[in-house]
Amino acid sequence: MKILTGNDLKSGAVTWWDGADWSLHIEQAADVGERGEEIAARENAARRVLAPYVIDGAQTPDGPRPAHIKDRIRALGPTVRLDLSLKPADPAAGNWVI
Amino acid sequence: MYQYDTYDQAMVDARVADFRDQVRRRLDGSMSEEQFRPLRLMNGLYLQLHAYMLRVAVPYGTLSGAQMHMLGDIADKYDRGYGHFTTRQNIQYNWIKLEDAGDILADLATVEMHAIQTSGNCIRNTTSDQYAGAIADEVVDPRPYAELIRQWSTFHPEFSFLPRKFKMAVIASDTDRAAMRLHDIGIQIVRNAAGELGAAFYVGGGMGRTPMIAPLINACVPLDQIIPYSEACLRVYNRHGRRDNKYKARIKILVHELGKDEYTRQVEAEFAHLLTQNIEPPLAELERIKLQFADPAFEGGISDTLDRSDPDFALWVDNNTHVHKQPGYRVVTISLKPVGGIPGDASADQMRLMAKLAKDYSFDELRVTHAQNIVLPHVQKAELYTLWQQLDAAGLGSANLDKIGDIIACPGLDYCSLANARSIPVAQKISERFAAREQQIGELKLKISGCINACGHHHAGHIGILGVDRKGVENYQLLLGGSEGADTSLGTITGPGFDEDGIVDAIDKATDVYLANKSGEERFLDTYRRIGMAPFKDAIYAKEPVNG
Amino acid sequence: MVETQLRFRTDEPVGDPAVTVDSFGEQTNAAAVRVEPGDDARDLIPHLDRIKLVEVNFPVFGDGRGYSAARILREAGYTGELRAVGDVLVDQLAYLRRCGFDSFAPERELNLADAEAALARYAEVYQPTTDGRTPIWAKRHG
Repeated sequence: MKILTGNDLKSGAVTWWDGADWSLHIEQAADVGERGEEIAARENAARRVLAPYVIDGAQTPDGPRPAHIKDRIRALGPTVRLDLSLKPADPAAGNWVI
Repeated sequence: MYQYDTYDQAMVDARVADFRDQVRRRLDGSMSEEQFRPLRLMNGLYLQLHAYMLRVAVPYGTLSGAQMHMLGDIADKYDRGYGHFTTRQNIQYNWIKLEDAGDILADLATVEMHAIQTSGNCIRNTTSDQYAGAIADEVVDPRPYAELIRQWSTFHPEFSFLPRKFKMAVIASDTDRAAMRLHDIGIQIVRNAAGELGAAFYVGGGMGRTPMIAPLINACVPLDQIIPYSEACLRVYNRHGRRDNKYKARIKILVHELGKDEYTRQVEAEFAHLLTQNIEPPLAELERIKLQFADPAFEGGISDTLDRSDPDFALWVDNNTHVHKQPGYRVVTISLKPVGGIPGDASADQMRLMAKLAKDYSFDELRVTHAQNIVLPHVQKAELYTLWQQLDAAGLGSANLDKIGDIIACPGLDYCSLANARSIPVAQKISERFAAREQQIGELKLKISGCINACGHHHAGHIGILGVDRKGVENYQLLLGGSEGADTSLGTITGPGFDEDGIVDAIDKATDVYLANKSGEERFLDTYRRIGMAPFKDAIYAKEPVNG
Repeated sequence: MVETQLRFRTDEPVGDPAVTVDSFGEQTNAAAVRVEPGDDARDLIPHLDRIKLVEVNFPVFGDGRGYSAARILREAGYTGELRAVGDVLVDQLAYLRRCGFDSFAPERELNLADAEAALARYAEVYQPTTDGRTPIWAKRHG
């Protein structure tokens, strides 16, 4: 699948295109197919996203999984501070990025 | 230490208004990200993996208790309760909102701090010796010269769009504690044969993908000509440095391609011209600055002895304190490297505690070191025990300065958008693996970078680690034999890389080779230099014996 | 020709087409010259008495060679018009003014209110240049 991601212009938070809007959660990422660049350009022009880009990913039983480790770390948060990640209650959450 | 006058204060106040206006124009759409990016970078605001990151300058690594306290308060108020001290004596916050950036700068300005030129293709924060003004082996305190350069480089009209970033360091001791020759310009204040002070200029050093040790281009620039000489070095670079390839744009490549002699010739010609332009501040300005770096009111005739009856305390004193120029005092280094911790990170509470301890015990002064630790420069020996107890209770009492656990590590792929591999988890595993043996292993400077940009100084580690991306998997290369002191050298890669556990095992084997071959008081680096790479390589890449 | 959007001179603007630095030496009647980033501004120094306009081109704002070119010309005594052209943005104007530029013909339109605010923002300067502003150190010891 193709996933569109970027950061929120004001907060800098990592965001994922869910098909209609930007979400903080990779689980809600939509498959943008061939439309990634077009959506990115539109959303960038409207200043709803910062530095958007399209990545490869796979649909898994746990939800969308970015192909590259960098985007998996972006999706989770720093693996060395899981208390600040999006899964603070899961001590094994870091295994997902490897 | 240096205190702003109304002029310096007006400058940072104007910068707050300037940046607020730039943010406004970005948010209202008058400026594109492409146009805004270099502007926010020139104010230290990056977009990192999880949020914006703000890098705040700590000029030449010196700060007051009030400044450190404010750094802690900012961590609580605008970030997530911590900050990361960097190899350039700065601090970074990892979770900054663009909308808050102006308010943070305004708070910083109330304590004479800023984020000016902490990134971008301009002259960055000038670094210095963290022991400046506290130790006997310096010719003079180097910080007044660094302050002179700070002012000259701030909003320099000609050098704000250089081919690439530009880092300067100033020291005044043969014992180089600032990796001076690994900077774009390294300046050492020296006394010449005639007894006069001058500035030795080393130009074109650096790490990154093409590490180079800066050659000496002028052995003794007169003190009142440091600014025009720097200006000449920069002008030649600004005009002729490569702009066709980002990876060849640093001044080290220009000096290398022109050759040291031709670069020097061009600088000297430009310098001769600039001397006709009356751009050098008078010596009176240097004297004005020097007065502010005068010694604090040390007490004379105090006890120079120490009660070493607590062995843990004695170990900390031996590892983390340094002889002071004033009898009865020690220079204290607070380790930000607890076992299993994140190198260079400090919580807001820890920052405020260090601020208080500086007020109570060190004439209200602290330093940030390029090895990502904090120094209390002037502590009475009689107060060391009380100080140590308070540090220890706050997780700041590690007795590991310059030991294998005192690791320099960049933020790596946990935070940094440029990184190829994580640095911090490797540092954590190493510090845990060797915690029980670090005193036995002795001085061993281990440095980890998560990409070729070398923010973690891996080229200059006795043991260096470089994280790379091998087909989407983190992989770590091992280097041996680097150093960044007076005996600066660049490390050599041992061979094929390792995974995260493999690199820790490889270091285990390397330290075993050292301990088996160590002669007398040799450090790891000394033994490596004496016996060479081969025995280390043999041990590291030996096939496991097959036995039953 | 791109319009000059800001000008800090009172004399008549020069309308002559600017020629390249390479050809300027031969074109002995030319009074306007255009400096590209790779040009050596010092090649113009023998001809300063007949130059009325120097355009310095910034193809991309991040290429800062034009700042050195401008200062070199001013330091050599050039008093004619020094015009920044190309990718010239609001937040560069104060630096450019300090290096000696006294007219601006950016390829994109400047917001003049933003430009004025940017030019007025810093009341003090740390470095002396040929723009005549007194550096802070001179005020301290004045």
